[in-house]
Amino acid sequence: MGVAHPTEIGVEPGAAAAVSRLTVVPQRRYGIWIGTALALLLAFLIIRAFASNPAFAWGTAAGYLFHPSIMRGLGNTLMLTVIIMLVGIVVGTVIAIMRVSPSPVLRAFSGVYVWFFRGVPALIQLIFWFNLSLLVREISLSLPFLGTLFSVRTNDFMTPFFSAVVALSLCEAGYMAEIIRAGIKSVPSGQSEAASALGMPYRMILKRITLPQAMRFVLPPTGNEAINLLKMTSLVTFIAVDDLFYTAQSIYARTFETIPLLIVVAFWYLAVVSIMSVGQHFLERHFGRSDVRRDPLTMRTLRNAFNLRGVAR
Amino acid sequence: MSDVRSENRTRFGVPANSMVFARGVRKTYGQLEVLKGVDLDVPEGSVACIIGPSGSGKSTFLRCINHLEKLSGGILLVDSQFVGYDLRGDKLHEVKDDLLCQRRAEIGMLFQSFNLFSHMTVMENLIEAPTQVRRIPIDQAKAEAEVLLRRVGLADKVDRYPRELSGGQQQRVAIARAMAMKPKVLLFDEPTSALDPELVGEVLQVMRDLAESGMTMVVVTHEIGFAREIGDQLVFMDGGVIVERGAPREMIANPQSPRTREFLSRVL
Repeated sequence: MGVAHPTEIGVEPGAAAAVSRLTVVPQRRYGIWIGTALALLLAFLIIRAFASNPAFAWGTAAGYLFHPSIMRGLGNTLMLTVIIMLVGIVVGTVIAIMRVSPSPVLRAFSGVYVWFFRGVPALIQLIFWFNLSLLVREISLSLPFLGTLFSVRTNDFMTPFFSAVVALSLCEAGYMAEIIRAGIKSVPSGQSEAASALGMPYRMILKRITLPQAMRFVLPPTGNEAINLLKMTSLVTFIAVDDLFYTAQSIYARTFETIPLLIVVAFWYLAVVSIMSVGQHFLERHFGRSDVRRDPLTMRTLRNAFNLRGVAR
Repeated sequence: MSDVRSENRTRFGVPANSMVFARGVRKTYGQLEVLKGVDLDVPEGSVACIIGPSGSGKSTFLRCINHLEKLSGGILLVDSQFVGYDLRGDKLHEVKDDLLCQRRAEIGMLFQSFNLFSHMTVMENLIEAPTQVRRIPIDQAKAEAEVLLRRVGLADKVDRYPRELSGGQQQRVAIARAMAMKPKVLLFDEPTSALDPELVGEVLQVMRDLAESGMTMVVVTHEIGFAREIGDQLVFMDGGVIVERGAPREMIANPQSPRTREFLSRVL
């Protein structure tokens, strides 16, 4: 015995009119109104302060914007960023592959690498490499019977620029290794299993199956990493590499136009970061619609994790 | 007939037409013994279906056949040859990776989750191993792949990515991919378990065609109907051992062991 379900519902005209008369009154959000007013007030105060305070000397800043020394510094900053990023990615990939290798020794080695180079502040690493000559006077290769093949004094090749590249590359590689390792781990194990079953050897699987798929996960955080690195290169000022910040510093040390030149520096960093962010956006969109359906939450969590880390640094 | 094969045959008493030959296969993970001595004969051109509750070791046994899992004991010969070892005297020497890969390439395997390479199109999936592992020219590999895709009824999907295909289509592509290596034997690890019920039929149909064309197959499955219709032998595994084996029809109609009877009553 089932309950009889109506196959049709008749609506009385009076009820229909009553339903259609109803309107929705939005909730009153007093907190948001107050917050908005305060934010607008704050924005007004800040803009007024910037515009009215003559110490900012906007005219002076504009004059220095395309100053030859600033341009040279900007060029060096960009070159450092590109070189360090490339070396960081290559070394980081090697470290990441060691991290997932079957050999416990290789795993431990890469674990210690990441622990050390991520753990010691970049500035300290930088100054350490710059002062390598205090530790190692010269580097030479000697073989029995053949004698010394070559010998270089550390100070001759550890120029400020070269120490900056070595120090920040090794540091960056530590971060990239973790990103790439996470990418490799994100590829389902079934992929390499199927490749093994087809008779593909380990290196071929890594090169043709695992790494290409890891790329999709690796690219977005790598974009963040590149932006962080761009700003991190300002540390090289400490060892007198003439990057953007250093050239600005050497100008205001002479002219005492400190604030205008800092504005110039900030402008160029912001400009480059903006361009990189646009590039990253398109990169992410490209790989976002790529060919795997993934749990979007996992993807988001992963990216947020990297973002948070980037901010905390 | 190579010397190694005939030597193995006389030494271990392998039947002349044997494709898969297992004696006393054991597998342990630490303290846990997953396989406790499995014996199996799969003659060339026949279909063996393995059924059993989850955790009975049937998938592990399948993965031992192509050496995805190393054996802890016993022997396993495919086409009268060891897969992961070379026998010298009384010692089984683990073979180098490239030799292992060569031998594995002759054993096809299908997975529950299909495992198509998700960054490659259907065609790229099919020609990847032939061109990379066997170094077959790309044009030849493509021509062979097209024949295989027609055979599984997916000739129009060559340029699709796996995510654009249904589960049933993905598994059929996976079968074509395995066939592209011209394997001596195909191993199926619950090939239809991840499929929507209405897609199971198309995959079973492809497997039926393969069996009829004389392919040797070892199939871990829950499809009792398929086992009854296509299987030449049915094996029931439980707790890491083979509890019962026989001709599928008789065994399903009249199981001898109470454990088999209980399992069949639950899945039928």
